[in-house]
Amino acid sequence: MISARLLRGAAGVAGFLVAGELLIRFALPEGVEFPPPSTVLPEAGRLLVNGEFLQGVVTTMANWAAGLLLAIAVGVPAGVLLGAVPPVERALRPILEFLRPIPSVAIIPLAILLIASDSLMKITVTAYACLWPVLINTLYGMRDVDPIAKDSLRSFGFGPLAVLWRVSVPASAPFMAAGIRIASGVALILAVSAELFAGGTAGIGVFVIKAGSVLRLDLIVAATLWAGVLGLLVNLALVAVERRVFHWHRARTGEAV
Amino acid sequence: MLEISNLTHVYGSGPTAHRAIDGLDLSVAEGELLSVVGPSGCGKSTLIRCIAGLIRPTGGEIRIAGTPVRDTPDNLAVVFQDYSRSLFPWMSVADNVALPLRRRNMDKARRRAAAQEALESVGLAAAGKKYPFQLSGGMQQRVAIARALAYRPSLMLMDEPFGSVDAQTREDLEDLVLQVRGHHRMTIVLITHDIDESVYVGDRVVVLSKAPAHVVGDLKVDLPAPRDQITTREHPDFVHLRAEVGRLVRGVEAAAS
Repeated sequence: MISARLLRGAAGVAGFLVAGELLIRFALPEGVEFPPPSTVLPEAGRLLVNGEFLQGVVTTMANWAAGLLLAIAVGVPAGVLLGAVPPVERALRPILEFLRPIPSVAIIPLAILLIASDSLMKITVTAYACLWPVLINTLYGMRDVDPIAKDSLRSFGFGPLAVLWRVSVPASAPFMAAGIRIASGVALILAVSAELFAGGTAGIGVFVIKAGSVLRLDLIVAATLWAGVLGLLVNLALVAVERRVFHWHRARTGEAV
Repeated sequence: MLEISNLTHVYGSGPTAHRAIDGLDLSVAEGELLSVVGPSGCGKSTLIRCIAGLIRPTGGEIRIAGTPVRDTPDNLAVVFQDYSRSLFPWMSVADNVALPLRRRNMDKARRRAAAQEALESVGLAAAGKKYPFQLSGGMQQRVAIARALAYRPSLMLMDEPFGSVDAQTREDLEDLVLQVRGHHRMTIVLITHDIDESVYVGDRVVVLSKAPAHVVGDLKVDLPAPRDQITTREHPDFVHLRAEVGRLVRGVEAAAS
């Protein structure tokens, strides 16, 4: 079953590469240069032993992780608080609704001007963008907590804080996890975008800018490819963790395995 | 044990206000198993929630063992109808049963032992490591009953506890309640809309009117012990009592229409 799915996925990827190769070699109009898969893939392979690129990956992922963790550290407690105290939520709702739709990338130029430290700036914009999915999902989870579950614990004489900690937080944990998974993708976008805007000494985005300045399209595409692979791997890992930790949630909501 | 005097509860206010309970008087003796029966929507659940301290009644007074109910009393346990919502899906069955014992100043080993003992007394000795979603509905409700038993309350409230299980399971659970109160010395108030059930398990049956609820009938059930599903239900006294309770409930319904 799993192997059949893998096989089909591999066939899809292979077909895509072949089609891309053919399209680029024979269908691209004169004067348009784009590196075909047969150039990009070997180049992507060579990047694995390219010290500058690897350093860039480490830097980008470090900013990614720091931004995501910061967003979790702020977003989860804030979401729990807003979910637990509806008047606070109602008071802050308009501000949230205003800030949330602002494309996070748009705050990068502002952050560059405001925050002198380069890596702190990148971490800050990443954290800002991640905050929304984490916060909003936590909030939804808190709102979704079954009142009967809360009453059950209350009826044994537990106070509001105990009910919050022992019922509301674990009950909304699957939502927090989903928010964190969504944020992890957003974090990668912002971590790389900030590098594209601000440059810096190392990073996947920095590497791409440098490759662009010497017109190495193959390097740009190869580096971008690895950024995509990183995003995919992070997502797969988080889905696996969610399935393991929140098996009870999947069983309850009847979501297909 | 339980004294309710002139209990009144009104939801909301103004023209949309709903008067659920109006001037209800009721007293339950120590060790008694009282069935409360009434038409659906008559305020039975409101009564339970007031006794459990989950909502504050708008009028009247409730005393448990002489103490007026203010917040949730700590010598009381509630078994809700909807076991799937009242059990905590993220915890194993044993952890579900042991959780309320944190209020009892017991260390972890003692909590575990007490939970295991309670699970054994409801016939689920081997289910401790499972999760609620892995059990059938009837078994989940047994877990909820075990959770209440482990807590060793002096008053156990059951809010239509067998309303969501099939007929066979329902009979098993009725017998479980009879067996349990033989072993544990506690007062039980069982809410039901099933007339036969109210007579079969009760020492006494109280019939409530349609909302706003007040007591319209109070019958002593004097059936030979031990009760069992076949012989008790064919006993002339049982047949007579169920008819009498039925007439009272019907009368309530007829008067309302």
